[in-house]
Amino acid sequence: MDKPTIDQVAEAINEKFGDAILSKEQQYDFTVITIDKSILVSLFRFLYDDERFQFRYLTTACGVHTPDQPKPFTMMYQLHSLVFNLRIRFKASTTLNDLQFDSLIPIFSSANWMEREAFDFYGIRFKGHPKMTRILNVEDMDYHPMRKEYPVEDLTRYDKDDTMFGRDRSGYKKLN
Amino acid sequence: MKDIQSASNVNIVQAPAGFEGPGFFATKLDHVVGLARKNSIWPLPFATSCCGIEFMATMASTYDLARFGSERLSFSPRQADLLMVMGTIAKKMGPVLRQVYEQMAEPRWVLSVGACASSGGIFDSYSVLQGIDHIIPVDVYVPGCPPRPEQILEGVMSIQTLIQNESLRRRNSPEYKQLLASYGIE
Repeated sequence: MDKPTIDQVAEAINEKFGDAILSKEQQYDFTVITIDKSILVSLFRFLYDDERFQFRYLTTACGVHTPDQPKPFTMMYQLHSLVFNLRIRFKASTTLNDLQFDSLIPIFSSANWMEREAFDFYGIRFKGHPKMTRILNVEDMDYHPMRKEYPVEDLTRYDKDDTMFGRDRSGYKKLN
Repeated sequence: MKDIQSASNVNIVQAPAGFEGPGFFATKLDHVVGLARKNSIWPLPFATSCCGIEFMATMASTYDLARFGSERLSFSPRQADLLMVMGTIAKKMGPVLRQVYEQMAEPRWVLSVGACASSGGIFDSYSVLQGIDHIIPVDVYVPGCPPRPEQILEGVMSIQTLIQNESLRRRNSPEYKQLLASYGIE
């Protein structure tokens, strides 16, 4: 079978899921397609099963928080077709009130770890995930530290003099 | 000839002050026990990052911690006298470190090596413990990022001074029990 171009992949996706494709752009050598989160599973199932593409490796998946966007929470997925050496990136966004995506575990077992990580750091939940608990941070942590409304600094630290280090907490205001 | 010369340069610790006569020597038990403990510390290296690499140099031939009676590292907390914490302690590692400390038998000492173990260092972040003295009592802090082997040696020597001068009753004193209680240990 001939190696398809990435444009042919995008074409096929557009044909099948045209209504749910929000945008397509080129970031450096990566094609990035923004989709509606409702088609996540069916899209990845299509790309996995289709003999022309065979995207059978989920390279990475992670959360993103962009508070100034209308849909501030994003999941980013990168797929790799090991047979044709093609890569493609997908983004799907949602709001704080609907902070849930469908789990990709039925297609990619490796999504288990990455979805738990996204939950740990952003509080994004995954429907169908067998163990939606923290994976890297301490179990009794009571917030999701990569969200922008929380300061990076540890709040238990007392030896830093704010006048000397210019540490100003007034800039961290609660978003959302 | 040179070998014989260096053999004759070996220092032996001085006997403590006391009364000496034909066939007897009298001194304080504190002094004798302090002297023995001081020169036979078994350290437990709790090395999590780059300070641990400096500790490896400290143990190796050039700096040679064995000169201070500490050549025998104890990788079991139960036989260790000195807990040497070297490196960044993540919050998730905190309970582990605390359990290691709790498993050590009295008398026990803690040496905090480097900026991270002492204060969190540059890792002023949600995931890093901002100094091990949040969870266990520390006897000596060694500054540096990472400290050189000479500094670690000086830290060990400071521990030795503490050990030598420690009263045998200290570990039973109400002050010491209060110190442990402030960390929620027994």
